[in-house]
Amino acid sequence: MPKLELKISNLKAKVGDKIILQGVNLTAPTGKMIAIMGPNGSGKSTLAQVIAGNPFYQVVGGKVMWRGKNILSLPPEDRARLGLFLAWQYPVELPGVNLYDFLLTAHQAVKGKEALSRDEFDKLLEKSLSDLKLSDKFLRRSVNEGFSGGEKKKIEILQLKILQPKLAILDETDSGLDIDALRVIADNIKALLKQGMGFLVITHYQRLLNYLKPDQIQVMVKGKIVKQGSRLLAKELENKGYQWLLEKYGK
Amino acid sequence: MANNIDVNTSKYYFRDPIRYVFRTPPGLNAQVVREISKQHQEPKWMLDLRLRALQIFRQKPMPTWGADLSGINFDEIVYYLRPHQEESHDWREVPKYIKKTFDRLGIPQAERKFLAGVGAQYESEIIYHNLKEKWEKAGVVFCDMSDAPRLYPELVKKYFASVVPLADNKFAALNSAVWSGGSFIYIPKGVKVDMPLQTYFRINSPTLGQFERTLIIADEGSQVHYIEGCTAPMYSRSSLHSAVVEIIALKGARVRYTTIQNWSLNVYNLVTKRAVAYQDALVEWVDGNLGSKVTMKYPCVILKEPGAKADILSIAFAGRGQHQDSGAKLIHLAPNTSGKVVAKSISKDGGRTSYRGMVTVDKRAKNCQIKVNCDALLLDEKSRSDTYPLMQINNNQVKMEHEASVSKISEQQLFYLQSRGLSREEAERMIVAGFLDVFAKELPLEYAVELNRLIELEMEGSVG
Repeated sequence: MPKLELKISNLKAKVGDKIILQGVNLTAPTGKMIAIMGPNGSGKSTLAQVIAGNPFYQVVGGKVMWRGKNILSLPPEDRARLGLFLAWQYPVELPGVNLYDFLLTAHQAVKGKEALSRDEFDKLLEKSLSDLKLSDKFLRRSVNEGFSGGEKKKIEILQLKILQPKLAILDETDSGLDIDALRVIADNIKALLKQGMGFLVITHYQRLLNYLKPDQIQVMVKGKIVKQGSRLLAKELENKGYQWLLEKYGK
Repeated sequence: MANNIDVNTSKYYFRDPIRYVFRTPPGLNAQVVREISKQHQEPKWMLDLRLRALQIFRQKPMPTWGADLSGINFDEIVYYLRPHQEESHDWREVPKYIKKTFDRLGIPQAERKFLAGVGAQYESEIIYHNLKEKWEKAGVVFCDMSDAPRLYPELVKKYFASVVPLADNKFAALNSAVWSGGSFIYIPKGVKVDMPLQTYFRINSPTLGQFERTLIIADEGSQVHYIEGCTAPMYSRSSLHSAVVEIIALKGARVRYTTIQNWSLNVYNLVTKRAVAYQDALVEWVDGNLGSKVTMKYPCVILKEPGAKADILSIAFAGRGQHQDSGAKLIHLAPNTSGKVVAKSISKDGGRTSYRGMVTVDKRAKNCQIKVNCDALLLDEKSRSDTYPLMQINNNQVKMEHEASVSKISEQQLFYLQSRGLSREEAERMIVAGFLDVFAKELPLEYAVELNRLIELEMEGSVG
């Protein structure tokens, strides 16, 4: 029985000649919520993209073990099929690709034999739209095309609910959200957490974490996890900022 | 569409065998032209027109401004051939890739033979007869163009070559000299034909004709949608296809002409399509080019009277060894006319697409609105796309918009879809289908479905 956890050890990745991840160590058990905080440019988003398998980043060392298996050699789609999900910081627009078709295709691709029947899928979709306070008019539009920043983020969470992964990485999901949208999204995430989904929440603000109450805070500086702690650490960072960490670990 | 039609080809095979077994020797001369005219039992005026066109064809040089046409040898071409003769068409000659595509598309055996040019045209006699009765009651004429000069001499005399003159271009002259087959349509005043007229409804019509001629006359206030071609590949043994389509949309008429061209990869497809729109008339060209070696085709609307509208939508898909040189022409001659062009092209595996557009606005044509939008998608580094827009605006009260873009599928888009469980190939297909969505939406559902399946096959590289 493979362990339901993500275990990253000494992960190093670069773009061109620039090494961004300098040996990341991190464990994220399923069913828990880990927050990754850190200043801009510390490599948080890169970590998310590397876990999801973006070929733009070149892995030069280390391992990403997921449910007992090193996934670094797998293409992105296989990682998704194994139950990993990335909610993008900047979701991509797909002109002419109908949102409903996209969601259905993605659901079937990820779930394979366990995909829902069309009726069940439609029910899940209807429920999910209502949970997120989204109009079903979105389904007839092209994916993300002309959507506001907040709408795009909600559509990411809609996908999360439709694809039902085991572990979701949320990359700056809180950025660009007004307070109402933030609350709706946070409520949905909490409900999913309760159902046993695990989360890696990337953010550099305290705001979302006030709602989500993560089990653990990991702090990333200059491509490395430099500190970890309880929710109190998030509060401390909110008060003191990141400057002292940069001075201490940023060499 | 055709998948649902019950076909018994033996019933239709050679319903008129004497008429169907005939071909002229290769090469073009006045004797060949006379022979074609004789086979059609044409009135003398049509023969005279053909002979005049032959003269013009001989005088005109080969056009060199567009795609490479140096592979055409006029002396090797058979100019008249009844396409259903058994001895000249053999299923075994049909290229493997075409047969394979038929398998993949799940096309019934009988229909395959028709599509491959080796069988009789399939059609449902029942559907055809019911519709025909309804049309005839309303005064609608829908027949083989070859019969039209004999049956409807007044209309043909008045309108034939009135939109595309014999001397318009070398290939229009060639078509005018040697044309056979195609459709003749007349819609009387105020009649709205609610179901699209499709070539396969016509009995005994050789739609595989190399030099088809289609003439559509929509009388005042009438409405018609005509569909030619199909999404499955059409195998042709002859390498040159040069058709002419003329549309006359009289006051207040609405005409839509939908084409999906998917000729086999040996074909030069050089087509002149032009419409005249009178007062408040609307002409729409919906034009899809998937097959052929070389296509040159620029559907045109002449907006002749106030309030006329034109809408041209075209897509082109060019794979290895293909050059799709297509586009649109708008000629605004009257005030308050409007024209819209949306052109989309995809190039893959070294294929080449060109958008060649022309917008002309006469000095009398005040308050015109024109919108041109062309987007090219390149799927790899080897492929190519060019845009040649030409605009001649001769007055200053015109609202003109022109947008053009050339793009590649972005790695971000691909990775986004991959992160949602789609393979890279599935992701590419989804993005390409999205790119063509604006076109697919305009097609009748069954064509849109087939188009999507075909694009999927093209993307897999299993075709061609």
